[in-house]
Amino acid sequence: MSGLTKQNIGSFLARQGILVAFALFMIGFTLANGRFLDPDNVMGVVRSSAILGVMALGVTFVVISGNLDLSVGSMMSFSTIVVLDLHDKIGPTLAIPAMFALTLCLGALIGFLVGYLKLNSLIVTLGMLSAIHGLTLTWSGGKNMDIADKEATWFGIFGQGEIIGIPVPILIFALLASVLGLILAKTPFGRKVYAVGGNGTAATFSGIRRARVVFSCYLMSSFCVATAGLIQASRSMGSQNTVGQGLELEVLAAVILGGASLLGGSGTIFKTVIGVLILGFIQNGLLLVGLQFYVQYVVTWVIIILAVWLDIAAKRGKLWSPIA
Amino acid sequence: MKPGTLSTFLKRGAIWGFIALELIFFTVAGEFLSVSDKAFMDVDNMLLLFKQSAPIGIIAMGMTIIMVNGNIDLSVGAIYAFCAVILLDSMTWPIFAGLGDAVIPVSWILALAVGTALGALNGLIVWKTGVDAFIVTLGSMLGYRGLVFMYNGEQPTSHLNWTLVDFAEQQFLGLHTATWFLLIVTAVIWFLMNRTVHGRNAYAIGDNRAAAVNAGIRVGPHMMVNFMIIGFLAALSAVVFYSESGSVNPNDGELYELWVITAVVLGGTKLTGGAGSIISTFGGVLAIQLLRKGLAHIGADTETVNLVIGLILIAVLFLDRQLNLKGKEELKV
Repeated sequence: MSGLTKQNIGSFLARQGILVAFALFMIGFTLANGRFLDPDNVMGVVRSSAILGVMALGVTFVVISGNLDLSVGSMMSFSTIVVLDLHDKIGPTLAIPAMFALTLCLGALIGFLVGYLKLNSLIVTLGMLSAIHGLTLTWSGGKNMDIADKEATWFGIFGQGEIIGIPVPILIFALLASVLGLILAKTPFGRKVYAVGGNGTAATFSGIRRARVVFSCYLMSSFCVATAGLIQASRSMGSQNTVGQGLELEVLAAVILGGASLLGGSGTIFKTVIGVLILGFIQNGLLLVGLQFYVQYVVTWVIIILAVWLDIAAKRGKLWSPIA
Repeated sequence: MKPGTLSTFLKRGAIWGFIALELIFFTVAGEFLSVSDKAFMDVDNMLLLFKQSAPIGIIAMGMTIIMVNGNIDLSVGAIYAFCAVILLDSMTWPIFAGLGDAVIPVSWILALAVGTALGALNGLIVWKTGVDAFIVTLGSMLGYRGLVFMYNGEQPTSHLNWTLVDFAEQQFLGLHTATWFLLIVTAVIWFLMNRTVHGRNAYAIGDNRAAAVNAGIRVGPHMMVNFMIIGFLAALSAVVFYSESGSVNPNDGELYELWVITAVVLGGTKLTGGAGSIISTFGGVLAIQLLRKGLAHIGADTETVNLVIGLILIAVLFLDRQLNLKGKEELKV
């Protein structure tokens, strides 16, 4: 052990910088407002981050495999609207699996286009963003969707219920994060996702069926989106057509904040969860110190760029970019 | 005929063929489906089409350079909104109170300067930190939007200057003011990309960045200039549009980046950089606007427009890849 040289501190900061930043934020906000670390407040923040978080879990898979998914926002609107509409028509027991099936079909379509047809994921999911939005509007006829009898249904449990004092959205988020985290870190499939994102050609030559891996990543992403839609629908019992609009970029911001590289091959579920929590706590902390909600946009901007910059600066060993 | 000429011709002409197809389809379908008794290919309607293409079209020209470079700019919608706020708000500032109508050029210049500065900030970060432009502009898309909100809260910013409205609604040689701006911008950017060193460098950098660096092109400053151009054009687009409308909501310009990118990709510009043409982007802009107008003409709702544009985008990507496959060996396993 050579002790705490400047270089060691630097590389520690680069590797775990996001955790350090998270800790600093928590301390700062706690000092600024005593209510920040109140259990009720913490629970509230995690609960409201759960929807974004669940989506971010799926997108992490897609990003690690070297692709992008910009369609999660409008896909989430779709699943919310569909499950709310079907709830009154065929009852919640059938509506939920039906919604999951439909959302997975959309995910499969994207997975097919990106995985098997090898089309550029940015453009495909950009197109799907628009197309799914159109699909949602067609389904709802442009109207808001509401559950007629909000008192008589057990559907609210996913968004509003509590089990042993913990809100159900948090439980779903935690459960999904653990399962997906295990899949990514401990299974052969997880290894393949990293391999495909890190070096697709090498992965193909070592016998990994790249198309199938990419396809599965999009399926997982759409499964997460469907879950997020379920939580959203159950929480509000009614929804506009645009409920998920713009979420795709916030989700991506959380994933990037967690240190996943857009080039693929790096990132973990745990760090994504940290990224999601940072976004949630910053938002909450700024509100608690009395700032308007939009200040968080500016703060998020600065944090994203600093996070990514420090990450790549550590990798190349120089702070400033070498491009002339 | 040289080999590959046909596929090149197909690729170049595809967007215009598509526009022709749209025109024919909507004219014929309009005869049966349209609720209005005016023809689709009406002169007024077509003039309006150009005018309505202007806000997206002006930004799309800048986006073409950025994408030829191999970068992307997601913050244009936010820059657009911020410049619109500056334009309308600055006309009511007390220091300009004595200027009368001379405040108009001052506000214009101010808004354009702010747009250029915001673009320059993006470019500087991309240059100095080496962070990918996608991430930088994803961040500033949020950040600049935050600035718009911080400027005036959640209130709309409104100021109508009738001299300005008259100017914006004027028609010169039959074309609206906004159309003229679109045409001039297209011409200037075309010249920039095809007749200047800067344009050559843009293609060179997008095609092979390492080679461009070795050839002595200063990649960083070059990209920063391009970000300044797109910032300027986003501001110009706002200036042209809000001179007429006179009121801006803090949410205005949201999803503009997606429309602009759709138009540019439809025009055949590669995301990976190195290829793309201004004239085709112009075609892409017209094609999208034509689609929106045409579908409205035959009585389809907005949802159909979204659906159709999304599917067309994916179809274009697929066709483009099929056309490019020839002569290039795919990795076969």
